[in-house]
Amino acid sequence: MAEVVEKEKKEPLFSKKNLQVIKDPLDDNNPVTVQVLGICSALAVTVQVKPALIMSLGVIFVSAFSNLIVSMLRKSIPTRVRIIVQLIVVATLVTIVDQVLKAYMFDVSKKLSVFVGLIITNCIIMGRLEAFALGQKPWPAFLDGVGNGIGYGIILVAVAFFRELFGAGSVLGFKVIPQWFYDHGYVNNGLMVLPPAALFLIGIYIWVQRSRNQKLVNVS
Amino acid sequence: MEHLLSLFIKSIFVENAVFAFFLGMCSFLAVSKKIKTAFGLGLAVVFVMLLTTPLNYVILKYMLGEGALAWIHPSLADVDLTFLSFILFISTIAGAVQLVEMVVEKFAPSLYSALGIFLPLITVNCSILGASLFMQEREYNFAETAVFSLGTGIGFFLAIVLLAAIRERLQYSKVPPALQGLGIAMIVTGLMAIAFLSFSGIKL
Repeated sequence: MAEVVEKEKKEPLFSKKNLQVIKDPLDDNNPVTVQVLGICSALAVTVQVKPALIMSLGVIFVSAFSNLIVSMLRKSIPTRVRIIVQLIVVATLVTIVDQVLKAYMFDVSKKLSVFVGLIITNCIIMGRLEAFALGQKPWPAFLDGVGNGIGYGIILVAVAFFRELFGAGSVLGFKVIPQWFYDHGYVNNGLMVLPPAALFLIGIYIWVQRSRNQKLVNVS
Repeated sequence: MEHLLSLFIKSIFVENAVFAFFLGMCSFLAVSKKIKTAFGLGLAVVFVMLLTTPLNYVILKYMLGEGALAWIHPSLADVDLTFLSFILFISTIAGAVQLVEMVVEKFAPSLYSALGIFLPLITVNCSILGASLFMQEREYNFAETAVFSLGTGIGFFLAIVLLAAIRERLQYSKVPPALQGLGIAMIVTGLMAIAFLSFSGIKL
């Protein structure tokens, strides 16, 4: 115990290194556009902003706490069965999220349908567990989970914003495009509410990000 | 019979797991650089899907659903364990994948070396768990579940082989450097999804 206290003293909770861990996934090492993880749900729940926001909160919660728990257990998990152990930890946390959503936000939970359950197989979570939590102390692992969850959320909300704006003319359910436009022949873009639009938007996001940051070209 | 046939066609084309629901997108993008590997992964997905979804149906029906435990003792008739479904589904899938891996290694070594590295990957392929969750949400019966899982598996197989074929051709075309790799794969997938949308006009 004394050893732990001493180590925490040496390294303050928000040291530069720890801040880097939480900041990296937001842009330079974004889980969706750079690490190519968790694309499935990034595309499916982005027709409107509200479900996208709630989905990202769920993913932040699950990735942060699964990273924390697995990191605490990392010395007692035998390597051969680690995938199953990780899956059970993640599945338990997802069950909690699902039950909370069903109890307090039933309409959103209906809209997200199977995609809440699919957080279990969201590659971001498994990928970060394998790549980070298994080899790090609990606190950095927790921060890494939060950072990656937020990085995922940013993409989700950005895509959902454009899809809802152009597809339904509203943001978070409020009409943004004035009636005057519709009276003069403006129509909502029907493609935006269909699945392919999400793929195009993420493709364009990747294009913009990589043009701005030449380092990222040819990573995958 | 007709109903099952239309469900089969629907799950392959109209509601393709990849293009309509984005299930299994991660491995879809990661393993579609060569047709040969895409073929192997596609086959493994069909196989595991066909095994696990009906298995999960049985678990749901006789262990988890409301009143499902009544066959043990009448007093258990009002127990509802559906909230455990995520944990049990994913354990079934992980266990089945491990089992399949061992059986294939023992009895069909040539198939094992062809599928080898893809088998463990399948546990975290969203389309497998997705099929089980759709089965639960849409309340299919056993025959429908079997047909639906076969159709979804074939749909994934078709999609990944098609994308791999396109990406092999893409190597000979000039793509802006910032768009190479993942970016262009996304946009190509979007165009393919638009093509698959045309199937939704079919009346089944």
